Amino acid sequence: MTATTNYEVPPESNPAGSLPGAPRSKRARVGGTQFLFLRNAKALSGLVILGLFTLIAIIGPWIAPYDPDAFSPDIVQPPSWAHLMGTTHLGQDVFSQVLVGTRYVMVVGFISGIVATILAVIVGVTAGYLGGFSDEVLSLTSNIFLVIPALPLIIIIAGQIDDAGMLIIAAVISLTAWAWGARVLRAQTMSHRRRDYVEAARANGESTPRIILAEILPNLTAIIASSFVGTVTFAVLTQVTLAFIGVTSINDWSWGTILYWAQSNQALIRGAWWWFVPAGLAIAALGVALALVNFGIDEFVNPRLRSTGKYAKALRKRGVRARVGFTPVDLGTKSERHAREQAAEATAASAVIIKEDSK
Amino acid sequence: MPTVAPDAGQGSPQPDHRVVLEAHGLTKHFPLRGLSRGKAVHAVDNVDLELSRGAVIALVGESGSGKSTIAKLLSLLIHRTSGDILLDGESVTGRGRRLFQRHARRVQMIFQDPFGSLNPIHPVRYTLTRSIRIHKGRLRGAELESALDALLERVQLTPPERYIDKYPHELSGGQRQRVAIARALAADPEVLLADEPISMLDVSIRLGILNLLKVLRDDFGIAILYITHDIASARYFADRTMVMYAGQVVEQGDSESVTQDPAHPYTRLLVDSAPDPDASARTERSEAGEAPSLVSPAPGCRFSARCPYANDLCLAETPELFDLGADRSARCWGYSDREGKPDVSGVTRSVKESI
Amino acid sequence: MRFFIRRGIFYVITAWAAVTINFFLPRMMPGDPITSLLVKYQGQISPDAIQSLRVLFGLDTQDSLWTQYIDYWGQLFRGDLGISFTFFPVPVNQVLSSSLPWTLGLVGIATILSVLIGTAVGMIIGWRRGTKADAVLPVATFFSAVPYFWFGLIAILLFAVTWKIFPAAKGYQPGLIPGWNWEFISSVMYHGTLPALTIVISSVAGWILGMRNMMVTVGSEDYVTVAQAKGLKERTVMVGYAARNAVLPQVSSFALALGFIVGGTLVMEMVFSYPGIGYVLFQAIGAKDYPLMQGSFLVITLSILVMNMLADVVYAFLDPRTRQEG
Repeated sequence: MTATTNYEVPPESNPAGSLPGAPRSKRARVGGTQFLFLRNAKALSGLVILGLFTLIAIIGPWIAPYDPDAFSPDIVQPPSWAHLMGTTHLGQDVFSQVLVGTRYVMVVGFISGIVATILAVIVGVTAGYLGGFSDEVLSLTSNIFLVIPALPLIIIIAGQIDDAGMLIIAAVISLTAWAWGARVLRAQTMSHRRRDYVEAARANGESTPRIILAEILPNLTAIIASSFVGTVTFAVLTQVTLAFIGVTSINDWSWGTILYWAQSNQALIRGAWWWFVPAGLAIAALGVALALVNFGIDEFVNPRLRSTGKYAKALRKRGVRARVGFTPVDLGTKSERHAREQAAEATAASAVIIKEDSK
Repeated sequence: MPTVAPDAGQGSPQPDHRVVLEAHGLTKHFPLRGLSRGKAVHAVDNVDLELSRGAVIALVGESGSGKSTIAKLLSLLIHRTSGDILLDGESVTGRGRRLFQRHARRVQMIFQDPFGSLNPIHPVRYTLTRSIRIHKGRLRGAELESALDALLERVQLTPPERYIDKYPHELSGGQRQRVAIARALAADPEVLLADEPISMLDVSIRLGILNLLKVLRDDFGIAILYITHDIASARYFADRTMVMYAGQVVEQGDSESVTQDPAHPYTRLLVDSAPDPDASARTERSEAGEAPSLVSPAPGCRFSARCPYANDLCLAETPELFDLGADRSARCWGYSDREGKPDVSGVTRSVKESI
Repeated sequence: MRFFIRRGIFYVITAWAAVTINFFLPRMMPGDPITSLLVKYQGQISPDAIQSLRVLFGLDTQDSLWTQYIDYWGQLFRGDLGISFTFFPVPVNQVLSSSLPWTLGLVGIATILSVLIGTAVGMIIGWRRGTKADAVLPVATFFSAVPYFWFGLIAILLFAVTWKIFPAAKGYQPGLIPGWNWEFISSVMYHGTLPALTIVISSVAGWILGMRNMMVTVGSEDYVTVAQAKGLKERTVMVGYAARNAVLPQVSSFALALGFIVGGTLVMEMVFSYPGIGYVLFQAIGAKDYPLMQGSFLVITLSILVMNMLADVVYAFLDPRTRQEG
């Protein structure tokens, strides 16, 4: 048996660099990088806002100062201490309406997101992995749903249903929203399918279901998460629009319903800005929160976006303009740099030894 | 550099050299779709090869020569167009999970890109455990741990605890390749198809991996198909060498003769292009040129466009593999008895008497 | 050429799918509002009109589904989409053909402006990563998170009610007779400014973000580095090398976003009472005017398909790879 010492040198420098034997930084393990995601300021703020909305969705009806349907003699009043967001043409409290309406918006938004994402994963990953005829059929179907305009389609479906409730609206929105995610997932699956690790797993004898579920799917989590967030955004915007037009049932309170009533009672002409501004801002806040989470996922997945943005400031201090195309190397902490230099010297030394060994 | 003869093995018992995996007339054509429907890319044409226990065969060629395709055919990752593959004398035909898994138990593959062939989200432990699970059944606890340790020790990644929980991006190229080899070894294969295992590694690391493969051959009697574009390493490591060009085998023989004394003009070209630190000046310029299109190749020798010795016969008819004696053969009209054959005496350094 | 044939077939199939959806929807829904409307207008509808409605909605018919389907297609090819109940007794196709040009004009101008501005701004921002230009991003994100129509409402509030600069509604001054005279055209432009502006402001954010992301991706490609290394002026590299390649996905995403754009414009029309198809659809929903709703959906979808085809032509023109055969 040839005597071999492991002349292997420590790994190349990388942002999550770690050396065998050196104290492991928390960032090193991929499993531990979930925490890195949370440390991302954008994602964190997005999640906080989302959490706030979820809380309101749950406890809204209990903390609302008034019953949103209750009339009162204070008609079309601007915001005051009694009515934080003013009143409607029937004296109803807008603030309570917004609070209570949060539940509807969140429920429909998230249900649509979940259903559409599940559909997208099933269709997209299957099409991407199988290829051939199944792929053609599935791609054709998703392309059709992509091209047919979503809003008009939802309008005529929901419009022909009397008194469309929460779940029906969620179902109809999911029907039009899955296609985009399916397309993206298909492309990603096809890309992974061609990669060596899938071939290697196959050559090793892994079964197809296990390859799809345990090998490829985990690599797609970021895309799936991003697609989910995007779908929720779409669902929120769409259902608000539907309510505004008058397609959905006006029995349930949602932000869109508020806008519907505002519009049909000439809130604009009356100058009653408080009637429709809060609802819009709430929608915007929710949308921004979702977008922030999406940004966070983006930066987390693409190490280039992560590091270039992070070091742009430091680079600027040194007079270097961080242009696109820069991939700054994370020099790491001082101890890591020192260890790396030592390792480099060890390589140089061992290279000489190997050469002599082979003679 | 030491010559390696098939029967060497310092101090180890004489390994038996029965043939484990063989291919006869192996052919793979990839049909083209769309406008060029009906035509096909002739990736591999009529290849015969035999892998014996305890022996290494090198398959040398440039990109597009079909060598990787052969590996995929032999591991059943893609289906052959025609020809036969025999495992222990039994023909491997048909499709299906069972057949594939049985085959995978005995024929394993190592890939070129050490980073690409390991799933970046799984640690070493997961990758090796999966392999053990598939091929050795459900091991748990202490049994599993010792099996994992044994695997890592076999590929010289010691101490095992240091590597078992690492992710691929935390390992160096050579370490990743060792993990890939360990994964293959979990099946206890009789054949290892190594598709350019060291091409993407740092030069200082390559020797370590080759030596590991040598150990596998000598101590465990594994038959190895070593695919490479570097003919120099073939000489160092392999017992027999086969040279491929444009989907066909153009020369084969024992490594020493093929590399020191090439018969086919293409082999001569490869040998001359290998970097040699001792050579002070290039005596011959390498031939410029590209590999021919493999789509429905024209008749005639596929190397004729780049061959300095080609004549009309070469352009008109495709040569077969002609026997050169001493278990060597070359696909060149110059070694046949045909009228009007080209004069290839310039290829070899020494004058051949048997032709 | 193959590219166009493939796409052409796809559009035909999609059009077929849209028509088929339209066919099945009323037949799947519970209830039958058409019959009640027919009763209401009894005596005022010609037998031809009743027959066409029957074909469209499958009312009290003994025919098999397949026969109904064939009849449906036949009627569509004749351009008969039924009678509108909102604009009784004007037939649906007439309502649509008079409102479609308004929508096309509004969508067309607003979208072109939006794309041009968004792409240019996105290109500059994407190129200058890590500098102050990045501050535009959160603003753009905020803008893209708000539904179009809400912007419309705010715009009306600010520019039509509070500061009476622009008119709050309608496509032109009521009372004017449509014609090719300056009075009419200027009125159209005056009334169209606010809606168009609102569409541009609310949608430009999306283009900025998209272009910026593409510039980031493309900018890290080697050919850009080579161009820079060659010593070309930065602007030349940014526009001629990076942007030229980054703009390609924008074209294809434009085609995909068309549905979304049109949807947003439809709602915008509802806010401004702009006489386009969106407003027509809005009124149809309010009146439960199913013939008009279905007709609008068909016309909108077919228009989008046509626009997609045009986008494909533009894409093929820009990207030489699609023009290669085989």
